[in-house]
Amino acid sequence: MSLTTQTTHTPSRKAGKRTAALLTYLILIFFSFLFIFPVLFMVVSSFKDNPGIFSDLRSLKAFLPVGNVSLDNFAYIFERGNILLYFKNSLIVSGVTVVLSILVNSMAAFALARLRWKGRTLILGFVIALMIVPFDAIAIPLLLLVSKFPVLHIGADGINFSGTWLNTQTVQIVPFVASAFNIFLFYQFFLDIPRELDEAASIDGATPWQIYWKIVMPIARPVVATCAILGFLAMWNQYLWPIMTVQSTAARPLQPGIQEFFGRTTQWGQVLAYTSLITLPMLLVFLMFQKWFVKSVATNGLKG
Amino acid sequence: MTTPTFESTNVHPTKPRKKNSFPDFKSALWMSAPALLGLFVFIVLPFLLAILFSFSNQRLMSPNPTEFVGFRNYDRLLSVRMLTLQPEKDEAGKILLDETGQPTYPRIRSVLRSDENLREFKELFTVSLFGQRTAVVAKDPIFWIGLLNILKFSLMVVPLQCGIALLLAFLINQKLPGMQVFRTIFFSPVVTSMVVIAIVWTFLYDRQVGLINQMLSALSFGHIAPIDWLGEEKIALLSIVIMSAWQGMGFQMVVFLAGLQSIPEELYEAAELDGAGGWQKFRFITLPGLRNTLNFVLTTTTIGALGLFTQVDVMTQGGPNNSTVTVMMHAVRSGYQEQDIAYGSTISVVLFVLVLLIALVQRRLSMGGQR
Repeated sequence: MSLTTQTTHTPSRKAGKRTAALLTYLILIFFSFLFIFPVLFMVVSSFKDNPGIFSDLRSLKAFLPVGNVSLDNFAYIFERGNILLYFKNSLIVSGVTVVLSILVNSMAAFALARLRWKGRTLILGFVIALMIVPFDAIAIPLLLLVSKFPVLHIGADGINFSGTWLNTQTVQIVPFVASAFNIFLFYQFFLDIPRELDEAASIDGATPWQIYWKIVMPIARPVVATCAILGFLAMWNQYLWPIMTVQSTAARPLQPGIQEFFGRTTQWGQVLAYTSLITLPMLLVFLMFQKWFVKSVATNGLKG
Repeated sequence: MTTPTFESTNVHPTKPRKKNSFPDFKSALWMSAPALLGLFVFIVLPFLLAILFSFSNQRLMSPNPTEFVGFRNYDRLLSVRMLTLQPEKDEAGKILLDETGQPTYPRIRSVLRSDENLREFKELFTVSLFGQRTAVVAKDPIFWIGLLNILKFSLMVVPLQCGIALLLAFLINQKLPGMQVFRTIFFSPVVTSMVVIAIVWTFLYDRQVGLINQMLSALSFGHIAPIDWLGEEKIALLSIVIMSAWQGMGFQMVVFLAGLQSIPEELYEAAELDGAGGWQKFRFITLPGLRNTLNFVLTTTTIGALGLFTQVDVMTQGGPNNSTVTVMMHAVRSGYQEQDIAYGSTISVVLFVLVLLIALVQRRLSMGGQR
């Protein structure tokens, strides 16, 4: 009895599922178009000049590299746009911050999660409370603070302090190394590692540093990846802080760099070539590490 | 690798470390010192300074010493008054009417100037209700306009962004081939910088040559007149909402997706055996299972929205006519461009209180849900 009802239901159910799948694909393709078209337009238009871009707008040609296509825009940017300098600055600032941040915050998390000492619950509560302070709410007083900091010089004439943090790479790196959020991520991960591991190691004579570096950190690779990816993305895309602290071209990173270029040209092709150049490497890196990117974001969301 | 570990713990069954109460204190100190020092100097200290500065006249560069000024900054930031305007009368006491037969009112600027106590106030807006005209005036109207703008922005961007993100998460959570590709496409704007996106969309939104207007015109055979997306007071903020939602929703989508996938499959199977329909499964399994994720996403999105700055700075600089000005923008203008750290700090403190309120409300809501 039950068998017969099932067999009569199957075809219609199958057909229903197929329609649902088709509908899903249609909606997804529609949204995909909405997500892709600005990037596609940007890249294609970066090979055209103003008249070319404008005349192609009303047709599909806006998304096709046809007509008067050349590399002139790119040549101009490399010549006049300072792009390599800004790129290098961004790379140094983001890279150094991420490496230091992983080291410093995982060490603190290790101390909080795996060492026994008085006051660690208090400190932990304090760190967690700091997670809700948005950067926007401290940017202005922080600006005054760092403007008073002198720069440490170590050279032939010994160690001395002079100048100000403004217009340096230091000012873009140091304030972002310590991160309550990263400490919390590492802390949660470290808690789940069986205690027997480091207890045994410490009985065998390992110091806390050795336990941290040789036992705990190698296991914590997924958290390292998460902090690296999210940290790099955040640093690379920073805008507010550099426009307040860096006016000199020499230390300027990419984002204010493009904004400044955008302000002094009327050639849309050049602007779009600039934005394409700095977006494509990022998209490429994203495509390569796509799985990790998505995983990082996903685990963070669940932790909240 | 783990085998010897357990053996060695068995050798010492009576936790030998307990005798020495806090043996790791020294290591803990130097291992946590860099991070804790950093957090203190670059978050706690500026935050405390923000509160301190907000009661002073601190400037970025100034030859004069800093003085304590009490609540003057808060007074300037938060003072709002309502004024009931009396219609203008002639010498005989008759109400003066304009050409359309409406009573005429004095100009607010002249009212404010004539009163010693209102000298510092400027007009925020005016409403006519029940034959009465009321003017709302503030010492710093830009702050209130900015506050209103970020509240409007949040109210629009949060539902739009999270709603579509949830829909997309549901769609790509199905076991169909190719879902990875869609996930990658929807996530890609997240890795693109906001500055780049704002610049590209400035072109897309352009009234004359913008791609969106040109496409709308082509698709409607010229029936849709070009819209001034960023130049029209009434829609400039909405244009920024659409772009911001577009940029950020891939992030939310992935978080929702992870939330959906963390709900055990067996729950759905059990419900199906009990004869639950699609809606019931959604109502009694998906929604409760997604509660924490939803809470997280809504709170972080709202807090992010309150700090709106980059898009506006690149695209409209707060215009037209302050319709896209934000609190953060006002803080940066006062604190950085006008070098008035004290006033910028005051705005920062108020912004922080706003964020704290939202975080507290969120905690209350999520705790209420668990009980």
